[in-house]
Amino acid sequence: MNQVLMKIPYYPGCTLNTVAKQFDSSARDSALAVGFEMAELKQWNCCGATFPLAPDNLMGLTAPAKVLSGARKVGDTLTTLCSVCYNVLKRTNSVIRESKEKRGVVNGFIEEEYDGSLSVLHYLEVLRDRVGFDKVKGAVKRPLKGIKAGAYYGCMLLRPFEDVGIDNAERPTIFEDLLKALGAEPVEFPNRIECCGAHLAMNDEEVVTRLSGAVIDSAAGMGAELVVTSCPLCQYNLEKSRGAGSSNGVPVIYFTQALGLALGQDIETLGFEKNATDVMPLLKKKGIA
Amino acid sequence: MKINLSNQDVQSVSVGKVERLSGEDLKKCYQCGNCSGGCPVSYKMEIPPTRIMRMLQLGRLEEVKAANSMWLCVGCLQCYSRCPKGCSVAAVLEALRQEALRESADRVDVKELPMPLLKKAPQQAIVCGFRKFVS
Ligand code: SF4
Ligand code: SF4
Repeated sequence: MNQVLMKIPYYPGCTLNTVAKQFDSSARDSALAVGFEMAELKQWNCCGATFPLAPDNLMGLTAPAKVLSGARKVGDTLTTLCSVCYNVLKRTNSVIRESKEKRGVVNGFIEEEYDGSLSVLHYLEVLRDRVGFDKVKGAVKRPLKGIKAGAYYGCMLLRPFEDVGIDNAERPTIFEDLLKALGAEPVEFPNRIECCGAHLAMNDEEVVTRLSGAVIDSAAGMGAELVVTSCPLCQYNLEKSRGAGSSNGVPVIYFTQALGLALGQDIETLGFEKNATDVMPLLKKKGIA
Repeated sequence: MKINLSNQDVQSVSVGKVERLSGEDLKKCYQCGNCSGGCPVSYKMEIPPTRIMRMLQLGRLEEVKAANSMWLCVGCLQCYSRCPKGCSVAAVLEALRQEALRESADRVDVKELPMPLLKKAPQQAIVCGFRKFVS
């Protein structure tokens, strides 16, 4: 059957263009394998990496609004991978859609006429709602059999629920459902919705080591042999808290790397060598690599 | 500890400014403690989230501003997610940070940040850190 590829406008964000290239490339390749193409926006800027919580801080909305208005010119949907970009873009989109006054000021700054009519979707939502996990399952060529994997959501995919929640804020399953479709054995662990320490990576290592360490311990304590993330900062903090290449540490990979692996892509193309923890011993042990 | 409270403290203009900057009604908080219970960094805060809310209700803004709490908030929104009254301590702490930063009281000296960190850390951490710590 000759299938027409669904094209979805895609915003990579700064980090996926630099230190998290493996997240970007594994997602693009996997998309093609399940029937859609991520069409990177021709022009984009940083989203600001923080949704401003002070309601008068409209300046903080201009950067993400610029991205959104650019995306609206090429489609009605925008997808992204980094949980923070997703959070910032989606929340900004709601403000622009809902407040006529703020929309006017922000549009005045960026010289656009954006109305908030875009659907901002995380890649996980595209897989669940546009492609369907059944179809993903059907495309699996190298099932992640026997791997007990912990899905780490962190904060930005889930909170605040009314603006961004891609799933139930306290008991989400979208991530585990994907892992199941890939043939892995998802492990629900208590700290999967707790913070990794976020931007305190910049100036407070103690907090990051403690919070990210608690995430890994919590996952390992429930039997996880692998932790899967959806955010370059979570990935960095989780890997760092355990020390690079530590033999007893649980490896941490991006969910798109797990996806690409299951879809049968060449292991060399998945960028595992760019991760700070080594997943290869686990894959060898399970007879996957 | 004896606290001297006056009407003036409780209805002070500066606490009103925190309400305006955060968009939160401080009086809504009824001190259940859920926010501190869920907050991943309350262990390190000189004044944990629940007490921040109470002290602001009582007009004790200066003590709250002098504490490290606002600089430790990671913006994870567990407090907001679990508050039965719909309060966002995160927004209140952001308002306090904004007040400090709008007076140019930077928390981090960019020139002091170690180069290896800047090279390895994800851009999002650096951009976000600048937004939270630098005016
Ligand atoms: S959870 Fe809400 S009501 Fe309870 S102490 Fe915190 S701010 Fe107050
Ligand atoms: S947003 Fe800040 S105050 Fe609220 S739970 Fe998270 S770290 Fe604590």
